[in-house]
Amino acid sequence: MGAIYIMWLRQLKRYFRSKSRLIGAFGQPLLFLLALGFGFGPVFKQAGQGDYISFLVPGIVAMTVLFTSLSSGIEIIWDRQFGFLKETLVAPVPRLKIMIGRTLGGATLAIFQAIIVLLLSLFVGFKVPDVHSFLIALMFMIFIALIFTALGTAIASRMQDFHGFQLIMNFLVMPLFFLSGAIFPLQGLPKILDIIVRLNPLSYGVDGVRGALSGVFHYGLALDLLVLASVAAVLLAIGSYLFSKVQI
Amino acid sequence: MISIKVSKLTKRFKRFTAVNNISFSVNEGEIFAFLGPNGAGKTTTIKMLTTLLDPSSGTLSLNGADPVKEKNTVRKSFGIVFQDPSSDDELTAYENLEFHGILYKVPKKLLKHRIEELLKFVELWDRRDSMVKTFSGGMKRRLEIARGFLHHPKILFLDEPTIGLDPQTRSHIWEYVKKLNKEEKITVFFTTHYMEEAERVADKIAIIDHGKIIDIGTAKKLKKDTKTRNLEDAFIKLTGHAIRDEESTPAENMRMRIRARNR
Repeated sequence: MGAIYIMWLRQLKRYFRSKSRLIGAFGQPLLFLLALGFGFGPVFKQAGQGDYISFLVPGIVAMTVLFTSLSSGIEIIWDRQFGFLKETLVAPVPRLKIMIGRTLGGATLAIFQAIIVLLLSLFVGFKVPDVHSFLIALMFMIFIALIFTALGTAIASRMQDFHGFQLIMNFLVMPLFFLSGAIFPLQGLPKILDIIVRLNPLSYGVDGVRGALSGVFHYGLALDLLVLASVAAVLLAIGSYLFSKVQI
Repeated sequence: MISIKVSKLTKRFKRFTAVNNISFSVNEGEIFAFLGPNGAGKTTTIKMLTTLLDPSSGTLSLNGADPVKEKNTVRKSFGIVFQDPSSDDELTAYENLEFHGILYKVPKKLLKHRIEELLKFVELWDRRDSMVKTFSGGMKRRLEIARGFLHHPKILFLDEPTIGLDPQTRSHIWEYVKKLNKEEKITVFFTTHYMEEAERVADKIAIIDHGKIIDIGTAKKLKKDTKTRNLEDAFIKLTGHAIRDEESTPAENMRMRIRARNR
């Protein structure tokens, strides 16, 4: 317990001490929310789809979780570069515990940020129906956070330096976000896009958060949960395996 | 009792052989110096002994356990001060030590007591609540040494611990190492480029170059073998005059740049 707690605490301390990281973390989701929300709002309404902001907020919340948790996982590269990783790797603590501590730390931060974004969205007219639906949305956010922290950990365990980092952001994070239904409805998509979206685990997370907050699921609560729980289990297993094999 | 046993140890990377079929052993309670020019294979050997790297071939034993197969058991038996920085820049000096103490399960009361004692010892107690990123290279080094002494392991690895420190601090630190070694029977395995340190402190010295051990024994034996008057001359006679470059990964390059900047 001690090791998991201290790994978790370390990430929180680092996060809240870095002001630039805090600002950056909220800047991006807000930009997407305001620019897309107000920009596409009129078109969305004319197409008879209702209020775009209400549609978009769950997508932006999921995006916030995705960005933060994946970059928390990737933070291992930083630790490798600055040497601190060695300190944790030689410690007499099973690496699984180190990995669990890190994952929980990353997930906590991701969810914290997502909740702030959700709170901010109340100012642009978003409504959370009740506590019950919020808790279900929260559960989906936790799944998204675990999945992408574990994915980040798995990737970072295999990377030696920063060079691949930009590549991952461009070719993994952005496609995951854009092809998840976060910013467009899933009904009536072209066949190929529909298949791609279905293969993206984030789609089920977005659908879960949106369904919880709006009451309308596209894939259904049960399928969303099933897919997310399985993907989380597989990625956590892969992440801890790769992390346990890290050599320096 | 043998504390560290290495036989026929080899580590090959893609392009070169860093450690080439070396064997030696260190007795319990001994202070052992592992000397060699840059890139000789010292740090690679330490990495293999401390479970950070698996050997290509050969066998290792630390306190009777195998660093390849029994990583968790081995990790319980040693402490290490790394050659490169390894503290968290965005935590304070105190937090870095606390973090270490919790990972190594030092009981809470003892931990508090030792952190204070050691931070005073390395003269960083007044700076305990400062972020490590505000420290100079020498201060970081002192902090890492304090951290290495925080839990009292059976075997202590010190990879160029005194690099970049003034003579006062160096002698201060070696006194402490000798005290730990004497009072708690801690086996010490260290590397250094300061020959007089090795001569003064070590019970046994091994000279390694190009991944091979060239000579091993007491300082007296090495001097006798080479017919020289001091260890520095013996070392140069054994390893030659050529200046070496360290083979390094991009990560190490970057760390070195950061270290240079902080000095």
